[in-house]
Amino acid sequence: MDQLQLLVSGLANGCVYGLIALGFVLIYKATEAVNFAQGDFMMLGAFVALGLTNAEYMALPFWLAVPLSIAVMAALGYLLDLLILRRLFGQSQIAVVILTIALGFVIRFVAGVIWGHEPQTLQSPLAHGDLRLGGVTISLADLSVIVVTVLLTLCLYQFFQRTRLGLAMQAASQNQMAAYVMGIPVKRVQGLIWALSGATAAVAGILFASKGAMDPNAGLLGIKAFAAAVIGGFGSLPGALIGGLIVGVIEPFASRYLAAGYSQIAPYALLLAVLVFRPSGLLSQTRLKKV
Amino acid sequence: MRIQFKTSYDHDIRLFPDRWSLCTYGALVAVMLLLPLGLDEFFLGEVTNVLIWAIAGLGLMLLTGQSGQASLGHAAFLALGCYSNTILIEAGLPFVLAFPLAGILTGLIGVVIAIPAIRLHGIYLAIATIALSILADDIIVLLEPWTGGVSGKFPEPIVIFGLEIERWSQPERFYYLVLGVTVVCTLFYRNLLRAPLGRAFAAVRDSEVSATAMGVHIARTKATAFGLSCMITGWAGALMGYYAGAFNNETFSLVISITLLMMIVIGGLGSIHGAFFGAIVVAFLPQALSMATDLLGSSTAIPGLETGVFGLILILFILFEPMGLYGRWLKIRTWCELFPFARKDMFRRQKSYLKTERLR
Repeated sequence: MDQLQLLVSGLANGCVYGLIALGFVLIYKATEAVNFAQGDFMMLGAFVALGLTNAEYMALPFWLAVPLSIAVMAALGYLLDLLILRRLFGQSQIAVVILTIALGFVIRFVAGVIWGHEPQTLQSPLAHGDLRLGGVTISLADLSVIVVTVLLTLCLYQFFQRTRLGLAMQAASQNQMAAYVMGIPVKRVQGLIWALSGATAAVAGILFASKGAMDPNAGLLGIKAFAAAVIGGFGSLPGALIGGLIVGVIEPFASRYLAAGYSQIAPYALLLAVLVFRPSGLLSQTRLKKV
Repeated sequence: MRIQFKTSYDHDIRLFPDRWSLCTYGALVAVMLLLPLGLDEFFLGEVTNVLIWAIAGLGLMLLTGQSGQASLGHAAFLALGCYSNTILIEAGLPFVLAFPLAGILTGLIGVVIAIPAIRLHGIYLAIATIALSILADDIIVLLEPWTGGVSGKFPEPIVIFGLEIERWSQPERFYYLVLGVTVVCTLFYRNLLRAPLGRAFAAVRDSEVSATAMGVHIARTKATAFGLSCMITGWAGALMGYYAGAFNNETFSLVISITLLMMIVIGGLGSIHGAFFGAIVVAFLPQALSMATDLLGSSTAIPGLETGVFGLILILFILFEPMGLYGRWLKIRTWCELFPFARKDMFRRQKSYLKTERLR
């Protein structure tokens, strides 16, 4: 029973990592760039929801604040692409990497100035209440994280596989020039994907803030989400979720069964092992480059 | 307007292209040598700090600027250099032996780490090195018998042939030591660029496919670049340990790695000058900010202000001057040298379009 309880809390944490990793993967899939600020996006989304919902700020009803904060984050993602990232169009990936790290610094600073550095909790109806399933206790927050994450991953997967826009996004990433020639508005498609990733980050942030306290440095969680995305295979949406679940499940078990110093190493050690032995991740999408 | 008239092929790879630049750099070295006469201890310490950061920047520049691999884990190698230097000295080796050995050891471990890492491209390498940087912190705690764990270590004063160098009581001696290491590293870097290995680095950076076609062994070249880069970084780490006077597992954090990468981008990727320009920005930014907040009348420090402003500066640089401070200086200099004939688009970059290696 004990292990089952650990498994459930690990799965819920893993879903948050998976959600952040989804944001990375979305942007990677469509623009071949990695948004190192995705964790900070998540933090910002949580704080926007918190600012709208909590009694000491705007005190809006929770179910109104959720779509509002998702919309705000989507708009922010689109604007970031429009104003900043679009200027880097056609430059090396490393430039984008460094730019997004810098963006993360700025977002953390701005959030600290607006909402302060004290940890705060989101006053969400999800935060209270437990479910008992045959001896295993699942909090409502954990359950909603798992359900929403699975649904979102399925929807995004279908979106990329089935819709015209999803296919256009994949085409734009595989060969920008060819996509242009085929009449895909590459720049607008990239703006849309940033908006979508901002919205995902908002969902992740709201769910994470329902589970515990938020502070501006919570965005550093993004590093664990990286591990998730890499383990699952960058560029694969179900892979991101699986990677997130693996990292999330390993953590509680490692801290339970390994010595104190070794437990926090476990996710990164796994990340390095995956990078060494299977660099393209569990659900691989790359093949050898042809000239 | 100066004109270089080249009469032999050797002219192209000379250490100094003409007398004028030889005189300029000679004058710079002379000024640096005379600096302790004119500066008080505080500013001398700051200049020393700039030089140490510049050495670390040179190390990362060799990897990122010359061979095109972005590493976000160089703080781990700073730590490795710092700890191995201190441990070797505690084991009884003299500084003149321990210091070079620390760098070489760091370089060797760098090569060992590079062998799996070189299979990774761009972003994957950046992520692997992030993991390395985070792991370094935990590993230092785990290796407590050697590293002192959380309580850290205090480096003993340096003794070179009976001459004692302590950072606080003899800042000018420490300054000369750092200056010496800086000059050696810079000359090493410059000469490397003139050698076939440096050309191979540039070839790998610009196109792996064409580098292979020219007979460059990609994996070996990349591993060499990683090793040499780690070696220089290790020396910088050892000096950083002396400069700080005490260090533990949190001294060389991920933030240092990121700062280092951002520093060379602000300075200008792929140029020796860039490492120095970037180091000046990184070392003096905290002072400038605290002066600015004092002027604005707020007495309390704003947490995160430093990294926030740093991030903002970096964004502006990437958007408007991707070649960094050195690129801007190059543009101004070219404009002056060519005076009436400079054209607007001389530095315009070619647009490239992205292709992926993924098939789905």
